[in-house]
Amino acid sequence: MSTTPELPKGPRSEVIAPGHTLSTVTDKITQIVLSRRTRRGWYLGFAIAFALVMVLLASIAKLLIVGTGAWGLNIPVGWAFDIVNFVWWIGIGHAGTLISAILLLFRQQWRTSINRFAEAMTLFAVACAGLFPLLHLGRPWLAYWLVPYPNTMSLWPQFRSPLLWDVFAVSTYGTVSLLFWYVGLIPDMATLRDRAKSRPWKVVYGILAMGWRGAARHWERYETAYLLLAGLATPLVVSVHTVVSFDFAVGIIPGWHATIFPPYFVAGAIYSGFAMVLTLAIPLRKIYGLQDFITLRHLQNMAKILLATGLIVAYGYGIEAFCAWYSGNVFEEGMLLNRMRGPYWWAYWTLLLCNVLTPQLLWSKRIRTSVLALFVISLIVNVGMWLERFVIVVTSLSRDFLPSSWDVYTPTRWEIGLFVGSIGLFLALLFLFIRFLPMISIFEMRTLVPDSTGEVRTPVAIGQVQATEDRP
Amino acid sequence: MSAPHRHAQRCFGVLGEYASGPELLRAIEDGKRHGFTKMEAYTPFPMHDVSHALGHENDLPKYVLAGGILGAIVGFGMQYYASVHHYPVNVGGRPLNSWPSFIPVTFELTILFAALTAVLGMLALNGLPRPHHPVFSVPGFELATRDRFFLLVPHYDPLFDPDEAARVLRAGPTLSVHEVPHP
Repeated sequence: MSTTPELPKGPRSEVIAPGHTLSTVTDKITQIVLSRRTRRGWYLGFAIAFALVMVLLASIAKLLIVGTGAWGLNIPVGWAFDIVNFVWWIGIGHAGTLISAILLLFRQQWRTSINRFAEAMTLFAVACAGLFPLLHLGRPWLAYWLVPYPNTMSLWPQFRSPLLWDVFAVSTYGTVSLLFWYVGLIPDMATLRDRAKSRPWKVVYGILAMGWRGAARHWERYETAYLLLAGLATPLVVSVHTVVSFDFAVGIIPGWHATIFPPYFVAGAIYSGFAMVLTLAIPLRKIYGLQDFITLRHLQNMAKILLATGLIVAYGYGIEAFCAWYSGNVFEEGMLLNRMRGPYWWAYWTLLLCNVLTPQLLWSKRIRTSVLALFVISLIVNVGMWLERFVIVVTSLSRDFLPSSWDVYTPTRWEIGLFVGSIGLFLALLFLFIRFLPMISIFEMRTLVPDSTGEVRTPVAIGQVQATEDRP
Repeated sequence: MSAPHRHAQRCFGVLGEYASGPELLRAIEDGKRHGFTKMEAYTPFPMHDVSHALGHENDLPKYVLAGGILGAIVGFGMQYYASVHHYPVNVGGRPLNSWPSFIPVTFELTILFAALTAVLGMLALNGLPRPHHPVFSVPGFELATRDRFFLLVPHYDPLFDPDEAARVLRAGPTLSVHEVPHP
């Protein structure tokens, strides 16, 4: 197995290593799932993740028993770790949708081998994100009050509030991400059903495949549905983070009340999401020997997106600082100086180091093709994007208009437990996913394989009309 | 009753197996030339040539559009009803129908309804879930989800006759031809 693809033999030879056929692609991906042997590393990784899930549960239990007093919140800092984590997780999810939907619409062939686990990442990140606003309610068992439903008090939620828009945006996003992921899985479930050796797994995958048999009539509607879902998910993903940014931008706190927020947040979301895709893809391709399918070209392309979105984010920081100065508004100026020199100065400067300086390394092709460097950079960007949300939420709240109401926020161990625990939940779900479901879309990989006639078939990326050269 | 008819009762259709897409396409052309109109193909990945050759039509986009429009009406209607009729709150004389702030929820519900219609509509029009289908009983059909291509001449084709269909398929570039038994 070649680890680095050599010189391109055709326009697409880099998205899948040469020599693969329909059957080798199918067998290689299914065997990861169907093999009876579970790797020892998997058990180890899952055990660590599962232990962190226990930390999450303990922190939730503490919260439910004591209330939000278990956290370090105060007035004015009523939003802190909970909201920072919410925005961080939901942002991570956005890269998955970008890869599966937007790159599909732009017919970017290289997305094929990374879209499935990027979608899974989205789903699990949204699950983690959804936890935080619910827990932040203080009385999560009353979360159904967020939803409009007929009730004896004849009350409705406040439809004019961005916080309610958030409820609709995030729940729609979670639902559509799940649909998109599951629809993509149906043909692969059928493949697993037909390959599974043991009866129980045949039944399980058979139920999940819902009787898929690859009929041409079915494929036609399937592709239409998939393409329409992509078309719907594309504006959705932009709207979700826009609405998330409204949570802040509609408020009048200095450092929040800015028109740059929606585009700046969307770019930041994609930035952090691609960093997370790299963080996950690099070890996965190594451990499961998937270098043939997730090639250096994939990593390079993701690095380029990381650089581009990183530059947009850097522009956002620049404009924030510029407007604080140019507006001549004493509170905005105070906000900027507070970020640079106030109690959280370290967060601001570390964030600039992580998010603005580090990605500049990606201009160099040497770094873009170095797997280790990409992995390290992706980790740094993940940290930086978390800090960015921390700076926006906590720094701005801790010093608003009246110095008499200023206060400093420090997290308690229960808040840290929730954050670390949510990472554990994310990883645990991901471990289960790579063990029981195909982490690469098998049927879409088949479309990348040169035909059995020996010719390279025109790629039938979904939604693309295949050339009809083989008609007799 | 004549013998072929009884035969047709027991037989769901005739299934040909092919090693590649182009061979399947040739077989479809052969079948069409013979006059079969209800043929169905099974392929490991979506092939536009094949569904084009078989002449399938697809109504799904219309349903999705309708779903999206319904979502928009439900989304805006709910907020309008709540804010203007059911529980109007006068905040300093501001308009009750403050439509710009109703747009985000309207938009999200449009997407939600359209997406649900796309997925549920696709499954419903495809007749899924359907755990069993007669073609599954053909040995080797499990390769349809790996690297083989199949063409079915079903019993409901007006010109269907098992022997005739098998003869037409055998004349083409087929690997094997099977009768699909009726369940």
